[in-house]
Amino acid sequence: MTQAAVQAAAAPRIKPKVSRDDWIMRACMGVIALFLVVAVLLPLYTMLSKSLENRHGDFIGLTNYAEYFSTPALFLSAVNSLQISVIATVIVLVTAFLYAYALTRTCMPLKWLFKLIAAIPLLTPSLLSGISLVYWFGNQGVAKHLLLGESIYGPIGIVIGSAYWVFPHVLMIVITALSITDARLYEAALALRAGRWRTFFTVTLPGCKYGLISAGFVAFTLIFTDFGVPKVIGGNYNVLATDIYKQVIGQQNFQMGAVVSVVLLIPAVLAFAVDRIVQRKQVALLSARAVPYQPQPRTSRDWAAFAFCTVVAAVILLMIGMAQYAALIKFWPYNLTLTLGNYEFDLANGGGWDSYHNSIRMSLYTAVVGTVIIFFGAYLMEKGRGFRAGRNGFHAIAMLPLAVPGMVLGLSYIFFFNNPANPFNFLYGTMAILVIATVAHFYTVSHLTAVTALKQMDAEFESVSASLNTPFYRTFLRVTVPVCVPAILDISMYLFLNAMTTVSAVVFIYSTDTTLASVAVLNMDDQGEIPFAAAMAMMIAYTCAGARILHAILTRGIMRTTQAWRTR
Amino acid sequence: MSVYKDSAWFKRAAWAVSAGVLALGLSGMAKATELKVYTAIEADDLKRYAAEFNKVYPDIEIKWVRDSTGIVTAKLLAEKDNPQADVVWGLAATSLMLLKNEGMTQAYMPAGGDKLDKKFIDTANPPHWTGMDAWVACICYNTVEAKKKNLPVPTSWKDLTKPVYKGSVVMPNPNSSGTGFLDVASWLQLFGEEDGWKFMDALHQNIAWYTHSGSKPCRQAGAGEVPIGVSFAYRGAKVKSKGAPVEIIVPKEGIGWDMEATAIMKGTKNLDAAKKLVDFSVSKAANEMYNTVYAVVAYPGVAKPVDNYPPNIGDAMIDNNFEWVAANRMRILKEWQTRYDSKSEAK
Repeated sequence: MTQAAVQAAAAPRIKPKVSRDDWIMRACMGVIALFLVVAVLLPLYTMLSKSLENRHGDFIGLTNYAEYFSTPALFLSAVNSLQISVIATVIVLVTAFLYAYALTRTCMPLKWLFKLIAAIPLLTPSLLSGISLVYWFGNQGVAKHLLLGESIYGPIGIVIGSAYWVFPHVLMIVITALSITDARLYEAALALRAGRWRTFFTVTLPGCKYGLISAGFVAFTLIFTDFGVPKVIGGNYNVLATDIYKQVIGQQNFQMGAVVSVVLLIPAVLAFAVDRIVQRKQVALLSARAVPYQPQPRTSRDWAAFAFCTVVAAVILLMIGMAQYAALIKFWPYNLTLTLGNYEFDLANGGGWDSYHNSIRMSLYTAVVGTVIIFFGAYLMEKGRGFRAGRNGFHAIAMLPLAVPGMVLGLSYIFFFNNPANPFNFLYGTMAILVIATVAHFYTVSHLTAVTALKQMDAEFESVSASLNTPFYRTFLRVTVPVCVPAILDISMYLFLNAMTTVSAVVFIYSTDTTLASVAVLNMDDQGEIPFAAAMAMMIAYTCAGARILHAILTRGIMRTTQAWRTR
Repeated sequence: MSVYKDSAWFKRAAWAVSAGVLALGLSGMAKATELKVYTAIEADDLKRYAAEFNKVYPDIEIKWVRDSTGIVTAKLLAEKDNPQADVVWGLAATSLMLLKNEGMTQAYMPAGGDKLDKKFIDTANPPHWTGMDAWVACICYNTVEAKKKNLPVPTSWKDLTKPVYKGSVVMPNPNSSGTGFLDVASWLQLFGEEDGWKFMDALHQNIAWYTHSGSKPCRQAGAGEVPIGVSFAYRGAKVKSKGAPVEIIVPKEGIGWDMEATAIMKGTKNLDAAKKLVDFSVSKAANEMYNTVYAVVAYPGVAKPVDNYPPNIGDAMIDNNFEWVAANRMRILKEWQTRYDSKSEAK
């Protein structure tokens, strides 16, 4: 009673002091929320509302759902999707955790190299891994006996292919979760004579629990909604994502496609709910008094980590190596003469050098614009005061794009932006719409990375600056951004790489003057020009690798100037 | 006085300049009629087609938007409320029939359209679409892999149901691919409903897997992933010319087919230029141009044999009832899905 009375009395006195700052923050968040509403929510609404309509656009309630759920094939696809996603998620999560642990908590040599190699699956369109898998394990594959008579066309292929492309996505979140920790906890563990395993289970794992759970859901949702891998290597193994393909591309039945899309959203909604529950228990690891953790050399552990990372890196290199080989031979498997002719794209079908240049421009825009929007948005959401409903709503929308198959996003952009009554109609057919679609498509993982980095910073930074009457944007620019530089650079890199390789959404909205290299790869492959497709995909890979190396050098330079506090 | 004179001179000069600018602008405009053309024709053919068209109409510039049949059709339908394309040149006629039913195409009888083979033109008067060339089914048979497995050469569709071919045949899933549907529809017309499904029941036992793309079975046959792919002849010829050891087989019962066709989108702002494009697309010159890669074209008497195509492939084309096919599409696809798609493992 008395406490409440004190609060009631105290509240009006405190409020005016912080409110101006708060209002600026809320206004900024409103602007970014508006972006999300226009780029994600409204387009999706125009698409998903079709699930309640018939072909002529009349409202028919749940009839489409009833029809869909009465199909026997659905149940099977759903079970298949779940199976594949769970198995591949477990594989990826364990591998990525061990790999990230080796990178952040051991003193093994060549860390920089392993970090570079781990990003390779991000450098190429997912189609390329399909080509590699067929050349390795297909019926003419050089290593097909390793499958012991099982076919690569089916669940095995989907699990390998999915685990391969999802690995870097998951690794990025897990590394962020592991890289900021308070050394004092380990010192305390040591002082209390806790064993290594005990320390691992009571300090390390709880410390990155939040990141691991996020990473798990990201992996699960990405695999659950991806149709690229199952389409190329799935054989007869039906999954929900290929069901959408059949409805939308095979039969132009947008209404049924929308129904399946809604079904696909279910795991994302679950992910969001779990995420919120876990997050409530998360405590900031990097309090204002924290001491950064520095791994100490320990031969046995370091060499075990080195061996493990070597195996994982070797698998990745074998995949990309085969793709490179595919780009250099004349006709698999009957004419294995080496040639450079496959790089003469202007002779090939499906797009010349123009599309390559467009891709680079589009990716640069996406990296710059996307990073600013996403990181600032995550900051406002995470460090804002009050306005809880608004911040939760913001997080919910930010989680949504992960669960939306690119194909659905692309189509929804046509429905939304091509409407002449839409004030944003002028964007249709431009480079800008490709950038917006790509930022929206890859929003979630970048957002989670930013949030994970921000969450590990103590809220005291904000409290102190507020009590010193410093406006939030000064704290943001002077403290938050410098501390989070590694995460910010990672996000921009992630967006750049994905923009270079993405196909599923942009294939619906590119126009004559904005053809893209990744789409060209798809078309070349579709026309049977596999060597050209592999060569163009490798061109994308070289570019991405160049950008990645530049990023590594930049990170080292910036780390030295801004992250010196991490070392004692 | 001199001031007045000067200003008069200035006025005249200004008029002259602005007239000149206007004239330049007009001539510039006349040159730059841009037509947005949606298509599923392969990219290397596109450059050739545009160049030939510009020989006749140099003042119309074609802006292509090219993708696979499924994506272009989905894109056109999604843009229904505000069409971006002026013309569709080179898309499956069944897709154009779909657009016609949605009221999205413009009726137009191109000059010279009466010369086309009647099969290759919409029955409505004036027609909504005109055909270019036929896109016929075939079997791609990999001689090297077949030899390894001791597989005889199939000569008919029914041959493919023999136990010897178990696990050696790949075909497109009709729910994902227009080519797959074309095959299924042709079997139902050739054998009748009941025997058609019986045939597919037996064929299903031999299918290694169903693909999501119509060209993939032939490409996979070409790469030796499977010995036999059910695909279409255009792709077969291309794969063969790349050096793959494939034979293109025309089953003796006859083969299903669709055509590539042209239509004007209703509401185009460039109707005159669009009409010129369609006029060109039915001309003899254009048909000769299609004939370099397609063996059967819409203009009678033009077709010459094409490299790697089986001779007289046109004679094997069944009498395709497109209206029956369109009317029964949903029913056929559903039946197919219940029979074959719900069992994931065909082994």
